[in-house]
Amino acid sequence: MKYAFSFLAVIALILIAWLGSQIPGMPYLFGVALPYLAMIIFLGGCVYKVVQWAKSPVPFPIQTTCGQGKSLDFIKHNRLEAPSTNGEVVARMFLEVVTFRSLFRNTKSEIHEGPYITYESSKWLWCFALIFHYSFFSIVVRHLRLFLDPVPAWIGWWEFVDGLFEVGAPTWYISDVGLVVGCLLLFSRRLITRHVRYISLANDYFPLVLIFAVAVTGILMRFFLRTDIDIVNIKQLTVGLVTLSPVIGAKIGSIFFIHVFLVCVLIAYFPFSKLMHFAGVFLSPTRNLRNDSRAVRHINPWNPKILPHSYAGYEDEFREFMVNADIPVEKELTPSKDE
Amino acid sequence: MYNKGTIIPGLVIFVLLVTFPIWFNAFSTASTVPKLELPPGGEKECVASATEMRAKHMVLLNEWRDDVLRSANKTAVTVGGKEYRRGLQTACMQCHTNKDKFCDSCHTYTSVNVYCWDCHLTPDVAAAKKETH
Repeated sequence: MKYAFSFLAVIALILIAWLGSQIPGMPYLFGVALPYLAMIIFLGGCVYKVVQWAKSPVPFPIQTTCGQGKSLDFIKHNRLEAPSTNGEVVARMFLEVVTFRSLFRNTKSEIHEGPYITYESSKWLWCFALIFHYSFFSIVVRHLRLFLDPVPAWIGWWEFVDGLFEVGAPTWYISDVGLVVGCLLLFSRRLITRHVRYISLANDYFPLVLIFAVAVTGILMRFFLRTDIDIVNIKQLTVGLVTLSPVIGAKIGSIFFIHVFLVCVLIAYFPFSKLMHFAGVFLSPTRNLRNDSRAVRHINPWNPKILPHSYAGYEDEFREFMVNADIPVEKELTPSKDE
Repeated sequence: MYNKGTIIPGLVIFVLLVTFPIWFNAFSTASTVPKLELPPGGEKECVASATEMRAKHMVLLNEWRDDVLRSANKTAVTVGGKEYRRGLQTACMQCHTNKDKFCDSCHTYTSVNVYCWDCHLTPDVAAAKKETH
């Protein structure tokens, strides 16, 4: 049901863009207005989310460690798994962001007869995530050729490496295949693994289906449905978008508007979904805190400011009342002058 | 807000990265949008219609390459009573003689890096080579 809903939603979006872009004048809505709107929602939404996160205090040092923390000199410190300085935290975060070390540690648990429970390393998620994320990243970088004018040389090099196999014309990119395959693998993982399927929600399936549809429409546009897909004309529009003077010259095929509309939906949906993990990974207290809870006192930022109050000070404050109530005091009341 | 010292620079870097194309284009001179030039010889007919060629010329060239070089099938194509030998130099460049204007203007504008010229020669270079021999 949950995945059927995701498919229906994406099909509805495709129909909206397909039929909508046929109406005269509407290409400006799908090609100009919605991309701007989506970009504003994306930037504003991401900044808002990060500011909200930064406003939440971290009451305890909750870094997760998987190695020996810094201790006595003769105990070997695992600098990457239990970082104690900012530099080590940066190294740990860097590897987390580029190599997904947390996913590498993914395990699967199974109950066997007995009953026994077994835990076993499961690297599939890590492998699928690498394929998916790096393909996605490469595709985003390659799309810069449509937005930069003149195109810098390094984008050409990037395209060369991505299309290294020189299969067909236009060339098939490794990342095109990688993104489609990555979506399929991550989707099937959610369906096939029972425990993951049990906890998967519509908002887990929907982004996968949406990104899959974005990839497929892009591939269709590049290789198969090429009617009215004139790249010079399209680049005029995309460069127009980033130089704030967009024009749609000649007619553009509806597959382009479907692709762009799905991308707009994706980036507008970004800040309000699980996809915000791209910023969240940097703000995870379990990863970005130093493991120095024994060396440095972590002060809960919402603690009220309570000053130390010694007994002598306490007695100074309440001596008169204490004497009146016959409570013994260490220092007697000084006699007043008129006595 | 906590950790302003890292959050704010981080957000600034993020916004600058996302809007990178705007800054890049603002600080670089835009190239003119290429306009296709018709063959100087005045030919009006090609192996397919202009829209089809615009959309599919790379597919056609790839098929010709595979047929002629890999399958050794060198039969010419006849379109509208005119016979074309299948090849970039032997067909296309016969009419579209100017590579810079006909091929490169669009390809450079859209960063399409073709590998045709790894083997092929433009008519000018081919003529120059012939003279030296």
